Amino acid sequence: MKRFGVGFAVVLSLSLILTSLTAPPGVAAAEKTVTIGFTASQTGKLNVEATRQINGLHLWMEQVNGAGGIKLPDGAVIKFADKFYDDESKKERVQELYTKLINADKADFLISPYSSGLTDAAAVIAQQYNRIMVTAGAASDSTYKKGYTLVYQSYTPASRYLTGAVDILVKLTPKSKKIAIIHENDKFATDVVKDLRKYAEQKGFKVVLFEGYDSATADFSPFINKIPADVDAIMGGGHFADTTTLARQIYEKKINTRIIALLVAPPEPKFAELGEACISVIGSSQWEPLARFTKESAQKEGIAWFGPTGEEFIKAYKARFTEDPSYHSAGGYVAGMILQDAIQKAGSADTAKVKAALDAMDSMTFYGRLKFATGPKDHGLQVGHEMVYIQWNKDQQGKPVKQVVWPAAGATAPPFVCPAR
Amino acid sequence: MLDQLISSLTDGLLLGFVYGVAAMGLTLIWGVMSVINLAHGPIIALGMFGAYLLFTHLGVNPYLAMAPVAGAGLIVGLVIYVIAVHRVINAPHLSSLLATFAVNMIIIGVGTAVFSTSPQNIDYSLGSVEVGFLTFPASRLVGAVGAILVTACLYLFLYFTRPGKAIRAVANNRMASELMGIPSSRVLALSFGLGAMMAAVAGGLIATFFPFTILSGGPYELKSFVICVLGGLGHPLGALVGGLLLGGLEGLIPTFMPVSWVPVVEFGLFVLVLLVRPSGLFGAK
Amino acid sequence: MKACQTPGFWLPLVIVSVWGGVVLLIHQDTMRETAFILLMAVGLASSLNILLGYTGYVSFGHIVFFGLGGYTGFYLLSAQDWPLFAAAIGGGLLSALIAGLVGLAVLRLRGAYFALATIGINEAARAFVSNFEPYGGATGMFVNFSVYQKYGGPGPALWTTFIFLWITALAVLLVSYLVKHSRFGLGLLAIREDEDAAMVMGVKAPQAKTITYVISAFFPGVIGTLYFFKNGNIEPGDAFQLHMSIEMLVMVMLGGMGTVMGPLVGAAGYQWLRGYLLTSPIFKDLHLAVAGAMLLLIILFVPTGVVGWVRNHVRRLQKVLE
Repeated sequence: MKRFGVGFAVVLSLSLILTSLTAPPGVAAAEKTVTIGFTASQTGKLNVEATRQINGLHLWMEQVNGAGGIKLPDGAVIKFADKFYDDESKKERVQELYTKLINADKADFLISPYSSGLTDAAAVIAQQYNRIMVTAGAASDSTYKKGYTLVYQSYTPASRYLTGAVDILVKLTPKSKKIAIIHENDKFATDVVKDLRKYAEQKGFKVVLFEGYDSATADFSPFINKIPADVDAIMGGGHFADTTTLARQIYEKKINTRIIALLVAPPEPKFAELGEACISVIGSSQWEPLARFTKESAQKEGIAWFGPTGEEFIKAYKARFTEDPSYHSAGGYVAGMILQDAIQKAGSADTAKVKAALDAMDSMTFYGRLKFATGPKDHGLQVGHEMVYIQWNKDQQGKPVKQVVWPAAGATAPPFVCPAR
Repeated sequence: MLDQLISSLTDGLLLGFVYGVAAMGLTLIWGVMSVINLAHGPIIALGMFGAYLLFTHLGVNPYLAMAPVAGAGLIVGLVIYVIAVHRVINAPHLSSLLATFAVNMIIIGVGTAVFSTSPQNIDYSLGSVEVGFLTFPASRLVGAVGAILVTACLYLFLYFTRPGKAIRAVANNRMASELMGIPSSRVLALSFGLGAMMAAVAGGLIATFFPFTILSGGPYELKSFVICVLGGLGHPLGALVGGLLLGGLEGLIPTFMPVSWVPVVEFGLFVLVLLVRPSGLFGAK
Repeated sequence: MKACQTPGFWLPLVIVSVWGGVVLLIHQDTMRETAFILLMAVGLASSLNILLGYTGYVSFGHIVFFGLGGYTGFYLLSAQDWPLFAAAIGGGLLSALIAGLVGLAVLRLRGAYFALATIGINEAARAFVSNFEPYGGATGMFVNFSVYQKYGGPGPALWTTFIFLWITALAVLLVSYLVKHSRFGLGLLAIREDEDAAMVMGVKAPQAKTITYVISAFFPGVIGTLYFFKNGNIEPGDAFQLHMSIEMLVMVMLGGMGTVMGPLVGAAGYQWLRGYLLTSPIFKDLHLAVAGAMLLLIILFVPTGVVGWVRNHVRRLQKVLE
């Protein structure tokens, strides 16, 4: 016992000497600033979604830095700085700017721009220059099937975006047969509807219209005119600006159908500005403030919890930006959290070590579960996270209000059939 | 099928009137001074923003806003002519093409800085019109009526007023009209102004149907080229007919093939007509 | 070779050779990216100049050859597994072939009608490719990242692409000089001044114009393949940008049309200015407007461009600048 005590004292004093050698007294632990680079569509067609995404990311960064950064096991502290440019929602700017972010601004990690099209362009650059890129708002599956090894997706992939709407339709009106699909001709929406079509046909539906529109389309009447009168569901859309216009013009044309399920726009609070035209529209969402993922539910499933609770996030976001967060906001926040979690686990900001931590990640957050595919064919694809579906209804005052309607387990209201227009 | 064809054609034709007004501006300028105005698209976009700003900030009814938009369009046109076009009016085509394109860049550049390129929308609905199985937004009907009114005004002006007659004379033969004592520079400036005015009004009308950005004029400029060539470059009434033709095609083609093939047919036809009948389908040989 | 002794011949070639060589020696990624964009601009502007400067035909939609060639080369690379060099030549040849076929018809049009037709062709090509499934339709094509391994990883692949582009730019300048100083080129200049008179004097205008069109279409096709290989993907919206087409015209006008040196000067000047404006905090939002204002001033007051102006004002430099 005595010898143990002496040994203990020796070890203690030795370790004290060692630590005082590595960290000289009076000087705080080594602080390292890690630069996160990204482009943001502050202007252009994608500005609504992209602005939320940057807000989310900035909130995360302020919180981490405000809490004193990430403390690594070796005593170093990592703080984050951001460097970003406006990509004007244009692809040709993206590659130029990411090259600049990596080479001139020395970004250590990258976050994707908003949208699959822009991310697809940026991902090549990230991989060419050996930088990890966490993608937010880039659901398209195809990006993760090109042999990249450093690109990680925080969204549920596009192939699972609207399949739930088919299930809703089956449940609401089992006799339905015909679906019309009108989609934006870009990477994201094309990936969504390809799998939507396959799924619908498996379930015995007939896809009576399958047309793509150009991203800059403002006049949807040629497409709407092609919808047969007895159609049971209209599905598709693309991003916020075009999908909102599509929803408005479907309403103006007084098309009658059982359900309308569209991409991206419906979960955005701004969609309510459509007024009457937004009622009954269904949308799929990566995250909803009403959704509940808690430490307890994580524990039940045996997955490690990470980050703030949903209430904490919503409260902080509202206080900072005086608006309700949408799933795009949560996506931006989570992209930062993924990096934080991985750096903490890796104990370093070294690309190879962080990559290993990301490959091994399986965490539960307020946003849902996060886990990446690691096979050579679809490396980086999100396999943990699931979508929820929302539908717009009227509250007592006749104002549009959003309800979670699917999956049934987490629903706040049952789905309903589109009223006659 | 027939229902679909008819509703599709109705939509296309109603829009065709407005296309026609936009193209009329382009064709008027070409007819008078053989200049292709590559700033046409941005002027259309300025018309859109004019109507938008008057509506959202001053609460002016978007249709009443057409009058100030037209006036502003005229002034913009005059300014562009004096600064950019007048010096190169007799130079080779490349010069006037690039000079007007430079104006295009300036307007888009300043417009992007001021308005950004985020989509805007005039939130003013007239509801929908239902005729039998046909349903279309009332704004399109009003737009078409507006387009016809504008065309009628232009015709009355060109045929029954002194400056209008002077414009026609200069278009016919600039040298001869100068000899007759017509101040050709002033007439050229006026025609350019009128052309810009038509573009701005067309933009204002389009803004009542669709959301837009400062870049939205581009597609209508391209459509105007197609319309002018269909209707014959330099013939204002031909432009209206060309507009209806293009609108009709846009209604017709989607009934038989995917909508994404529309531009292939449109521009294919455009090149073909240029090659076979450069004076337009209805122009004199 | 007598030509070797005239500075007008070797000056542009030496400038581009040295410049590319320096970039290769320093071997820095940022520098390569900048040089890539610049060399691409030089190549595109010079090939447009072969048509525009020597025959006076204003091709507003010249970018169509960049797009079509780029698409074809990219298809050969990614779907048919051709090596980069062969694919780039393949892309160039397809552009040249299309130019030959289209040129026979379109070059009958003169002045603004020709300009309008080229815009129409570009838009039609873009719309067609958006519907053409073998080329990936509206969402385009991409290279699987493993393709870069064939060139020793992404880094070396980018350098290889750069070297190909460098050689292409040199080739364009060489061809530009040779065309200008051949009997054939004299015929073209005659067409530029007065096509009818040239025909009377025995210039076979339709053939000469078509051949020129073919030459000036070949190089954009090659450059398109290299550019999209570097980017790793291709989409209709990027391949057929009317805006880029007009930038090519601006560069030619800025430097001086009809000269060998002009497009080189114009491309370098324009790209430098664009880079400066885009990153300057004051002009960031106004870069297009500033570029437009500059273009307008040049059109109105210096229609011969920088090189033309110098040639007219400094007699001693006339021999040096071609």
